[in-house]
Amino acid sequence: MFDSLLILWEAVPVDLQTLIIILAKIVAIVLPIALSVAYITLAERKVIAYMQVRIGPNRVGPRGLLQPIADAIKLLLKEIIIPTSSNRYLFIIAPVLAIGPALASWAVVPFDDGMVLANIDASLLYILAMTSVGVYGIIIAGWASNSKYAFLGALRAAAQVVSYEIAMGFALVGVLLAGGSLNLQEIVTAQKGSVLHWFWIPLLPLFAIYLFSGLAETNRTPFDVVEGESEIVAGFHVEYAGVTFLVFSLAEYANIILISMLCALMFWGGWLSPFEGIPFVEGWFEGIPGILWLLAKTSFFIFLFIWLRATFPRYRYDQVMRLGWKVFIPITIVWLLVVGAAVVLQIPPWFD
Amino acid sequence: MGIELILFYIFAVILIFASTMVVIVRNPVFAVLFLVLAFFTSSVLWIMLEAEFLAITLVLVYVGAVMVLFLFVVMMLDINLAPLKEGFIKYLPVGVLVGFIIAVEIILVVGPGNFGLDKVADPVGHAADYSNTKELGRVLYTKYMYPFEIAAVILLVAIIAAISLTLRKGRQTKYIKPEDQVSVRKEDRIRIVKMKSGE
Repeated sequence: MFDSLLILWEAVPVDLQTLIIILAKIVAIVLPIALSVAYITLAERKVIAYMQVRIGPNRVGPRGLLQPIADAIKLLLKEIIIPTSSNRYLFIIAPVLAIGPALASWAVVPFDDGMVLANIDASLLYILAMTSVGVYGIIIAGWASNSKYAFLGALRAAAQVVSYEIAMGFALVGVLLAGGSLNLQEIVTAQKGSVLHWFWIPLLPLFAIYLFSGLAETNRTPFDVVEGESEIVAGFHVEYAGVTFLVFSLAEYANIILISMLCALMFWGGWLSPFEGIPFVEGWFEGIPGILWLLAKTSFFIFLFIWLRATFPRYRYDQVMRLGWKVFIPITIVWLLVVGAAVVLQIPPWFD
Repeated sequence: MGIELILFYIFAVILIFASTMVVIVRNPVFAVLFLVLAFFTSSVLWIMLEAEFLAITLVLVYVGAVMVLFLFVVMMLDINLAPLKEGFIKYLPVGVLVGFIIAVEIILVVGPGNFGLDKVADPVGHAADYSNTKELGRVLYTKYMYPFEIAAVILLVAIIAAISLTLRKGRQTKYIKPEDQVSVRKEDRIRIVKMKSGE
């Protein structure tokens, strides 16, 4: 059986083989993301419930474990409502524009040493470009809905994303200065050594700013003024129902996973073991594949996103803008000078 | 015909289509979105020319930031489309004439006669480990150091000028300074008055 499959595979032309392998890799990345998104929604509801001394969803399946599947089926079967005198084409195309860039960014994310779909030279820049394109889905959705609330949400989204992208970009400049490369694979390799070699120590302010800008970019609490349900109902996706709504939340959670994984890759040593460089203990964890470390670190950041949502109230809109422009951007600029000096002086243990 | 040539023609057709639509489409929001498509497609063409860094920067700066602000402004304008269509016939001859002159000029300068393998040598493809970003940075910070720095200073001046032109002092807004808000103490705000209860 296996041999005959192998012979069949050999008969396929080489170009087609490459294409099939790339497609298989894409499926191997996108399917786990879709599954994790489903279960992160459940985790979010459960974690927030326990933090608020409730139980959360516990009816569907054992301990509520089938809840996301029930939710997905419910949303898939619902009717898509297109509001009157809305722009029909843009209304339908907006969720696609939101999910497209969210998934496209994953093409350059390395999961382990050499485990990456496209190992391009400027992967950090590519990710920044893709995440900045994602805002079009939100803006177009808000405008095409022909609704005041949706439109206000879209305007807030545009202003917020453009503002926080600058701070985020500067934080990434710090990372590429420290790592000496725009390639995520090489940035992780530059952090090899021990926990103290990871970039979270020399880049601590940039790490914090990246994390908070990530919260703002994905419109999460405390920066979720874009969908602030107490002021503008649900913001840009108030008119969306069924599958279109599902696609929007898929994009949002895919972006949350992406930001969390980038935090782990750029500041927490990616797939490197946290016990590296410690005598004796290092040996105990040697057999564990790197991808598990990366996933564990990513999960921690995702938990942090949920934790923050359960803890903090929403920022006032003018304070969101003030924080982005007057606090984050000056701090990043100052810290870029510090990192630049440290790199030039080759300060150990990070830059020697 | 190689796969690269097919890809080039596909994207070139999309680019020309999108650029034409920017001009002829009635709704300004659609025009902006077509411009976004045009930027995106030209960045694909740049990637095919092995200019990855510039291509990604085009998407990052123009599509990700500049066009978002464009869309932001255009969406808020409530343009009545009917007056825009008036006078189309009146201005048509002038428009056609100007367009024709521009087309002729472009053909004279970048027509097929000025290019070709005898005029411009076939560029050599780079190896897989060639870093576009590194090469660009090296030239920018050595050979073109002064022009680069001067351009940066001019941009800085433009930023300061734009801010100082739009900044109005003494506005009648009820803006509260957050640093004053957090340093408020109870004694500044509340006066506790002890009163005798009614006798």
